[in-house]
Amino acid sequence: MSEHDHHDDHGPAKGIKRWLYATNHKDIGTMYLVFSLAMFMIGGFMALIIRTELFSPGLQFINPAFFNQMTTMHALIMVFGAVMPAFVGLANWMIPLMIGAPDMALPRMNNWSFWILPVAFSLLLSTLFMPGGAPASGWTMYPPLVLQTGDAFPFLIFSVHLMGLSSIMGAINVIVTIINMRAPDMLLLRMPMFVWTWLITAYLLIAVMPVLAGAVTMLLTDQFFGTSFFLAAGGGDPVMFQHIFWFFGHPEVYIMILPAFGVVSEIIPTFSRKPLFGHDSMVYAASSIAFLSFIVWAHHMFTVGMPLSGQLFFMFATMLIAVPTGVKVFNWTATMWRGAMTFETPMLFSLAFLFLFTIGGLSGLMLAIVPSDIQYHDSYFVVAHFHYVLVPGAIFGIQAAVYYWLPKWSGHMYNEKLGKLHFWLSAVFVNVTFFPMHFLGLAGMPRRIPDYSTQFANFNSVASIGAIGFGLSQLLFIYIIWLSVRKQGAQATSEVWDNPKGLEWTVPSPAPYHTFERPPEVTTDKAFT
Amino acid sequence: MMRKCCASLLALLATSNAAADWALNMPRGVTELSAETYYLHMQVFYWCVAIGVVVFGAMIYSIFAHRKSKGAEPAQFSHSMTAEVVWTVIPVIILLIMAVPAAETLIKLEDSRQPDLTIVATGYQWKWHYEYQGEDLSFYSTLARDSAAARMLGSGIDPFSVENYLLDVDNPLVVPRGAKIRLLLTSNDVIHSWWMPDFAIKKDAIPGFINEAWFRPDVVGTYRGQCAELCGMDHGFMPIVVEVIQENEWQAWLDNAKENRSQYANAGGAR
Repeated sequence: MSEHDHHDDHGPAKGIKRWLYATNHKDIGTMYLVFSLAMFMIGGFMALIIRTELFSPGLQFINPAFFNQMTTMHALIMVFGAVMPAFVGLANWMIPLMIGAPDMALPRMNNWSFWILPVAFSLLLSTLFMPGGAPASGWTMYPPLVLQTGDAFPFLIFSVHLMGLSSIMGAINVIVTIINMRAPDMLLLRMPMFVWTWLITAYLLIAVMPVLAGAVTMLLTDQFFGTSFFLAAGGGDPVMFQHIFWFFGHPEVYIMILPAFGVVSEIIPTFSRKPLFGHDSMVYAASSIAFLSFIVWAHHMFTVGMPLSGQLFFMFATMLIAVPTGVKVFNWTATMWRGAMTFETPMLFSLAFLFLFTIGGLSGLMLAIVPSDIQYHDSYFVVAHFHYVLVPGAIFGIQAAVYYWLPKWSGHMYNEKLGKLHFWLSAVFVNVTFFPMHFLGLAGMPRRIPDYSTQFANFNSVASIGAIGFGLSQLLFIYIIWLSVRKQGAQATSEVWDNPKGLEWTVPSPAPYHTFERPPEVTTDKAFT
Repeated sequence: MMRKCCASLLALLATSNAAADWALNMPRGVTELSAETYYLHMQVFYWCVAIGVVVFGAMIYSIFAHRKSKGAEPAQFSHSMTAEVVWTVIPVIILLIMAVPAAETLIKLEDSRQPDLTIVATGYQWKWHYEYQGEDLSFYSTLARDSAAARMLGSGIDPFSVENYLLDVDNPLVVPRGAKIRLLLTSNDVIHSWWMPDFAIKKDAIPGFINEAWFRPDVVGTYRGQCAELCGMDHGFMPIVVEVIQENEWQAWLDNAKENRSQYANAGGAR
């Protein structure tokens, strides 16, 4: 304990020990964010391999087996390696600063939950070099196909277990921190929306990651220990896997978007110079979305042959999600209404989020309608839909957050001109990439195919050009972050922006290694009610 | 290779190749239910456009009118119970309007009773097998040879020179026009999915289970679709082709197919 007592007195340890033994929420947050950026680049590179092959009909560069490995790995890396760790990184950095806590509640577990991730992804990426190649059955891992995976199979299962372990520990840490370590007057309904959406996300994680772990464990025993959970020949049911997987998978969708909702709920008020409209109803809307996410999973499975009553139930429940999602979009619009807006890079990304996430939400509503979903299902229409909610949704949310809080982290402003350039390139190319995919899907192009018939050639070429443009634009993002971290930019004030709300703006920029060692006073000026 | 790609792209953009088009929408199809599905799709799409116009209109107006550079002073309101109730209730009403026709069509889609003809379609990695129930006729249906040759990595064959590239088979499924045809779908290995956009049918073929789907084609012609569920390496290369023929030609086709059963032996082979 004596070692612990002195901990607060000194700054960071020197060299590699600072990172390996990190218990400081800011260091761990930084590691999460850097890790996620690296994974974003690797997953993005795989996406470019996919789009290059799909540039024109015929197979030019890679064989179908490797193509399937790329789609599978791209999804696993982007979902579990890029989007989720980025949000955990933001949570680590910002939640203690936003609720006035000195650190996360469980710093050593925090260290562990981060350091599991590089191990998990090294295992996963190593499968690319194994006999039989990387997993190629899609990130959904449907049996019996996934059981045809080569030597990579146990590595896939084990790495998914590790990712789940990391997420569960991260979620426990978030919940314990928020529940126990708020500054005295930071009442629950006074908490910033980012903290709220993360609290809800953390509960979702704890609820569903064990379900995923169970599903993949059953795959493992089916493969190696003679069970037949999902094998019809042994009395099992392949569709049961899909039910279990999507019971995890649908809340997972909201795990990837709720923290982004929180981010834009911070940014839009700041740059509209107006309080967030309907703070409490935003909390209730996010909670309703989280609740509904548990009872809509089978809308991913309308073609598996469910009873009519089941299809009707899941159709109606899915349509219902449009209501709280609509409330959120309307509230953001009302926040901007009669504000005094300026358009710095974080605001631009938040506005693009608002427009393009709404497009993804509307195509989601179309997908809820069973008879038309039967046409859309497993086509490029679905690919367009979920990329609209994940790229200009989750990823733009993350990038908006990085631009918004980067001056607080590094102490230096990013280059606004380059930031805006990065925004416009990203916003244009993301639409060039994904909008034509709606048309491809409606015209009948299935997803996950390495080669296609000639009538799909035009829009595929357009999408590929967009993808390459989008991918290259992201190099600019790294460069901009690098400049700010290397202190190439104006010194940031503690408030950074024009009178933003929130406790994080009361500490200096860069935020000192230890903050809020004594709980701050939550003045009404800085609180969110 | 890059030059070849660019050249083919330019060629695409320059000529309006009949095969390579800019189709934007779902086909209306050739069955009553595919048309209903199409109208349902369009109805929901128009609702989405209307919602988009209102929401995006408000955002865009606000972005242009309420900006600081125009000297806008921020209002400080942050609550309105009326507004919250309005934008909760109106979407619920719109959803109810959408839900009723969707449920009606869905109920029809599920009613596969009293078929005129039942066909068992079995998915294999990577081909389909069709069995006409009660007719002692069955055959495999695999990717046509010209497509199979052109699709190999580095084949040197231009896909545009192949008619119906990747959408042609050796033995199409043949059915009579106007008959209610019930498909029983299953699989011999992994999960496949039988998708025919013009019939608005997509149903998974699952090992150990039998799924049902039905269609009644109204127009004579050849219709093309593909396997829609990732089923391994050659998932993209197991197309589905259905030929709809005149009712009065049906018996003759059936008799002929049974007599010349040997024509099916070479293609696909036995498994």
